[in-house]
Amino acid sequence: MTPDATNQEPSTNDAQIIVRNVTMAYGSFVLMSGLNFVVRRGDIFIIMGGSGCGKSTLLRHLIGLKDPATGEIIYGDVNFTKAGPEVRERLLRRFGVLYQSGALWSSMTLAENVGLPLGEFTDLTPGQIREVAALKLSLVGLKGFEDFYPSEISGGMQKRAGLARAMALDPEVLFFDEPSAGLDPISSRLLDDLILELRDNLGATIVVVTHELASIFTIANNSVFLDAESRTQIASGDPHDMLAHSTDLRVRRFLTRGQEGGDSAGSHG
Amino acid sequence: MAMLAMMQLLRRRGRANTELMAVNSQAIARQGTVSFRRADGTLIVGLAGPWHLGKDVPSASVLSKELSSGTPPRRLSFDTAQLTHWDSGLISFLTQASEICRTRGIAEDREGLPHGLRRLVELAEAVPEKKGARSAGLKVSFLARVGNASISSGLAISEFLGFVGELTVALGKFVRGKARYRKIDLMEAIEQCGADAVGIVSLIAFLVGVILAFMGAVQLSQFGASIYVADLVGIGMVRDMGAMMTAIIMSGRTGAAFAAKLGTMKVTQEIDALTTMGISPLEFLVLPRTLALILMMPLLCVFADLVGILGGMFVGVGMLDLSVTNYVRETISTLTLVNLFGGMIKATVYGALIAIAGCLRGFQCGNSSSAVGDAATRAVVMSIVMVVVACGVFAVVFNFLGI
Repeated sequence: MTPDATNQEPSTNDAQIIVRNVTMAYGSFVLMSGLNFVVRRGDIFIIMGGSGCGKSTLLRHLIGLKDPATGEIIYGDVNFTKAGPEVRERLLRRFGVLYQSGALWSSMTLAENVGLPLGEFTDLTPGQIREVAALKLSLVGLKGFEDFYPSEISGGMQKRAGLARAMALDPEVLFFDEPSAGLDPISSRLLDDLILELRDNLGATIVVVTHELASIFTIANNSVFLDAESRTQIASGDPHDMLAHSTDLRVRRFLTRGQEGGDSAGSHG
Repeated sequence: MAMLAMMQLLRRRGRANTELMAVNSQAIARQGTVSFRRADGTLIVGLAGPWHLGKDVPSASVLSKELSSGTPPRRLSFDTAQLTHWDSGLISFLTQASEICRTRGIAEDREGLPHGLRRLVELAEAVPEKKGARSAGLKVSFLARVGNASISSGLAISEFLGFVGELTVALGKFVRGKARYRKIDLMEAIEQCGADAVGIVSLIAFLVGVILAFMGAVQLSQFGASIYVADLVGIGMVRDMGAMMTAIIMSGRTGAAFAAKLGTMKVTQEIDALTTMGISPLEFLVLPRTLALILMMPLLCVFADLVGILGGMFVGVGMLDLSVTNYVRETISTLTLVNLFGGMIKATVYGALIAIAGCLRGFQCGNSSSAVGDAATRAVVMSIVMVVVACGVFAVVFNFLGI
């Protein structure tokens, strides 16, 4: 682990998400073990690592779609791993998740997609819900698309609509699974700006799974680095510090696109 | 990186070849050939003509045959002066040749190969084969397979029971008015399993009525008792066939549709999106579908009974010279309300079974498009099996109760 990791032992009231000794496993196959990190309130926290190392699986653990084999995940002062279904459900309502493909409900229009959580968890009237939904859609640049079905808009727009839905209930924590996958460089940049805006203006904590270096260095102020080979985290902390100070070859290679540390595949290019 | 390099090489190679083609267009051979020459311990492999994938180029077994005959050489080199054209066909030959050289301990000299070709062969060998990557195809012993199958069927049963239990809880919530679902979804599901199914159900029910009538007519008319065709068709349709045929149609029509729809939602993470929003997919997706089937199946069943009786009457009046009045009076006199309600109860239960099978298989769907197809197939098989088993159970129970 990098020296940075020790600096960020948090004062507990600052911590939003605490991951303690988590092991992720499919049956008897251990994917990752010994995961320990803290996401502080207002962080933009990156989960990074090579393809197939378990980044998205870690995200699934954080949002309760999968339970850790051992260890625990704590939100604020609630132990998410040990909580009963009702506590969990209440906690889940404070999260927003943007899935890799957007995961909009295909049988509903964009306004209905964004409005569904509002209808389920608030006392707003249908008219108010529509207004709020239109507002959230205009925040992501989809004004006027309220009555479109997900299949009628492009992939990038679906992703933005998914973000509007994730923001519907003004969540405290937003999770992004590979937000820039499938987006052109400009859209991806705009999404990064949007993420920063959300953190600064809504005060949301943001957790992003990505391996886009440009994004990472634009938005992140904290991160964890997963390594598929050793099946654990090999670094954590601010990626800028990692780039500046990390002595781990694997981390350096990742953060410099293989230009340091003699990556054989890179030399062909 | 590697892909890019490969594409560049292929493009460069393509250009060179068109030039070559232009020069040699008269003299080129029709297909790639390989020849062998020996010079003091070295086997020189001569590659000539155009080597195209799929154009019947020599396989690497020629090389191993050549190596086996005569004294084994110490080195292997290539002569490509006559080579006019090449693509992946030649690369595949060369990688196999390298493999043969490695296993036989023969040194390989690739100097004679064109530059691009050499680079591609090196690229193919750059990343060593991952250990264990091939183990998926390994044979599993008979006992292990039996064991795995038993474990997974045990898990399947507990999964099924868990699902039924959760669905029961959701139904309880629905009764107390606490379930979270959209009314419009329920209405859509009702339309899909009710009104939309009327056409196919009436066609099948009518034909089943006709078939029953024919079956009875042949035997009964021998005794001059053709009027009893009405009894046969009436009781047959109302007690069993109406519910059964409707159930089988709905398994194929609606059960499969449920599984495919939920399976697709699983693949596109729409179900995950519901869960993480704190909305139970079971209440939101399964409950309306199950309710719709439970509500619509008895209605469809009564409708099928009626159409089936019409089918029987069509045969009775058309072929057996019975009058419509007589046929109807005979049918009414033989049918009891108990028969009718028995059929409707069966239909309700079948409806629940079809919904459970469809939705469970949809939820269990894997993460690919082929898994969605599998889920739909498995849903139909499972629901038809469950319907037939339930039908048998009903027969025993009704018999026991004297209905």
